[in-house]
Amino acid sequence: MTGGCGNGSKDGVAGTGDAASKVYVAPGTHDEFYAFMSGGFSGQVGVYGLPSGRLLRHVPVFSQNAENGYGYSEETKNLFMTSFGFVPWDDAHHPQLSQTDGVPDGRWLFINGNNTPRVARLDLATFETAEIIELPHSGGNHASPFLTPNTEYVLAGTRFSVPIPQQDVPINTYKDNFKGTLSFIKIDSTSGAMSLAFQILVPGFNYDLSHSGKGPSHGWAFFSTYNTEQASTLLEVNASRNDKDYMAAVNWKLAERYVAEGKAKDIPASYRHNYLDDARIAQSEIVKSVKILDPRECPGMIYYIPTPKSPHGADVDPTGEYIVGGGKLATVIPVHSFSKMLKAIENKEFDGEVDGIPILKYESVLAGEVQNPGLGPLHTEFDGKGYAYTSMFISSEIVKWKLGTWEVVDRAPAYYSIGHLMIPGGDSRSPFGKYVIALNKITKDRYLPTGPELTHSAQLYDITGDKMKLLLDFPTIGEPHYAQALPASLVKDRSVKYFPIAENTHPHAIKAENEARVERDGRLVRVYMSTIRTHFAPDNIEGIRVGDSVLFHVTNLEQDWDVPHGFAVMGANNAELLVMPGETRTLAWKPQAAGVIPFYCTDFCSALHQEMQGYIRVSR
Amino acid sequence: MTAAGRIVLVIASLLLSLTYFFPLWQISLEAPQYPEGLGLEIWINQMQGQNPGDLQKINNLNHYIGMKTIRPESIRELIVMPWVMRAIMLFGLIAAALGRRRMLLAWLVLFALVAASGLVDFYLWGYDYGHNLDMENAIIKVPGMTYQPPLIGSKQLLNFTAHSWPGIAGWVAVGSYLVTLGVYIVERRRERVA
Ligand SMILES: [Cu+2]
Repeated sequence: MTGGCGNGSKDGVAGTGDAASKVYVAPGTHDEFYAFMSGGFSGQVGVYGLPSGRLLRHVPVFSQNAENGYGYSEETKNLFMTSFGFVPWDDAHHPQLSQTDGVPDGRWLFINGNNTPRVARLDLATFETAEIIELPHSGGNHASPFLTPNTEYVLAGTRFSVPIPQQDVPINTYKDNFKGTLSFIKIDSTSGAMSLAFQILVPGFNYDLSHSGKGPSHGWAFFSTYNTEQASTLLEVNASRNDKDYMAAVNWKLAERYVAEGKAKDIPASYRHNYLDDARIAQSEIVKSVKILDPRECPGMIYYIPTPKSPHGADVDPTGEYIVGGGKLATVIPVHSFSKMLKAIENKEFDGEVDGIPILKYESVLAGEVQNPGLGPLHTEFDGKGYAYTSMFISSEIVKWKLGTWEVVDRAPAYYSIGHLMIPGGDSRSPFGKYVIALNKITKDRYLPTGPELTHSAQLYDITGDKMKLLLDFPTIGEPHYAQALPASLVKDRSVKYFPIAENTHPHAIKAENEARVERDGRLVRVYMSTIRTHFAPDNIEGIRVGDSVLFHVTNLEQDWDVPHGFAVMGANNAELLVMPGETRTLAWKPQAAGVIPFYCTDFCSALHQEMQGYIRVSR
Repeated sequence: MTAAGRIVLVIASLLLSLTYFFPLWQISLEAPQYPEGLGLEIWINQMQGQNPGDLQKINNLNHYIGMKTIRPESIRELIVMPWVMRAIMLFGLIAAALGRRRMLLAWLVLFALVAASGLVDFYLWGYDYGHNLDMENAIIKVPGMTYQPPLIGSKQLLNFTAHSWPGIAGWVAVGSYLVTLGVYIVERRRERVA
């Protein structure tokens, strides 16, 4: 029956014999798109080429990475500082590309740390984490980091509401004592530097996802909520009682004005702001207060739009008119109309209020409902041609429907349990279209089994025709929670090849091999070491004593693309280093016993890589 | 000399000032590991990589075969050549001003001598770098192998193919010479006819 197709018979490729050629990127040629996929619980970002699905790079963000010493080296450790101390892991969910005029511009990528509320900024010139800011008064940074159309702000809504300020209260006083916050992180338009501009204090719901308005709705942002029941136990049941939760519509331009008018209160806080300085060394600063706006004192700033059954997605179509909710347990996909919302606000078509926030009438705001879309709609992206694509977690499929008529026009199965989906630029003002990618939670029989833990996967579908066509699926790092993609041309020509050694301002850099030396200051020994194919200088280090603290400041003197050198010390308790050309990285080391300890280069750098080694003599 | 001949000579002389803005000569190296290209540019007053960092890369590669480090600041020719070029330009302008055909001939001979000695000097420089190897510290020793770059044309040196050709300024100089030679021939014919 299966005609010898084995497991391939259910992959949907039958009848699309040209699938292979559509994803084939010949050796030595480049993919058309960069896709940035979150690593979910790996805390990292995977960079893939599309349409080939090739993994191009794994960028460490919120988790230490022993491969290159990220989060272990003295220059990067500070990126992990939080008000909880050193937190070397996180749960990274939503990558967001910086935008100009509502379309990705290829400068930065933002991503949230869901666990210990943080937002990171990656610089796409270096594909490195350049900055991480912690969010106070937040209990799980899930509705984050969603951008305004010119990257004016990164928005971040708390998943968990918590006592603000934190205090020791009975958990069953949730309704009285727990609050949520929506954070507005200001982005410097030239450097990308982040600073927490203000927070809005909101009722103690869970804030799930967000998207900013665009075009006519520019100046507004929409956040989905769940647990408007404000239950604190057995949420599976107790947070699913209400027929409708809310979408919060926030007029952030007005909020900005209220802050300027002094309506925000300075509230004590303590959170970390970590960033790479000009010498590429992470600095960590403590910030002690934050401005907070209370909606009760800021009329017109927030409205709640009833939205069926614990909405996940809060997705705005390219025209900026439609706001699509994704009710995880809903049987329809509700679509709100921005213009109707403005009218409803004007006519005060309210259905009560919560903590000073008016609740708009569902029918007054509704543009339409997609009927029988499937089960478990989560997240919607757009192709820019009038169609929307919604991921269906429970029925494990992608459903394509038409904006305006709300009719389903196509469906394609996903293998299996799709969470988010992504169209390149699909949440922007003008999507690049071409593909939709399913970001799947489980893979069961899709690949060779690897024990109880299997890879997650991404699936690539061609959306250029009327019907979606599955072209490819490929394994991913961690959990590909959400992703963003943009044309490679927006990034690749700006990619840094090496750091000019003349511009290395690291205080412990050396600019030439003859500056290599060992300096002792009490019990602190600094080794100023250089690397070049294929030797270290110095390669024999003597005079180190048990009890010393040794800092190896390793400068890679190469000025050539793709020639890093590694540095590893036998028994080192932290990690190795990978040092990029022209860069200086520092490994801290405490010799434990007298003897002679080898060190060597870990990155195969040339024919004599194996000879790139040396010894450290440790004396009593 | 005719007015037209004098003008052409002035232009040909002034064209030589382009040698300050473009490389006289370039040696490019090709190998699979250097898809982005790798090479040296010889200017009238400097030597540099075709791309930033190239000189350092080339020196780094050369150390494997025991070749001397190329240090542009130690090359005397780079100090002398600008003066020689200025002298040729000045001579050309004076010849044009005086309008004497014999001076035009002298200019052509002088230029040819300078070009020839430049090429000889370049050959000797390449010979020295390619042959005087520090065999004590050379990491790669191929019996009988030398690494002299080609004077002009292409040559395989281990895993590299080396190409050596005039740069933009080099071609400008050749063009300037040929034009002036043309002027000389025309002037001479005209005088004979007259
Ligand atoms: Cu090495």
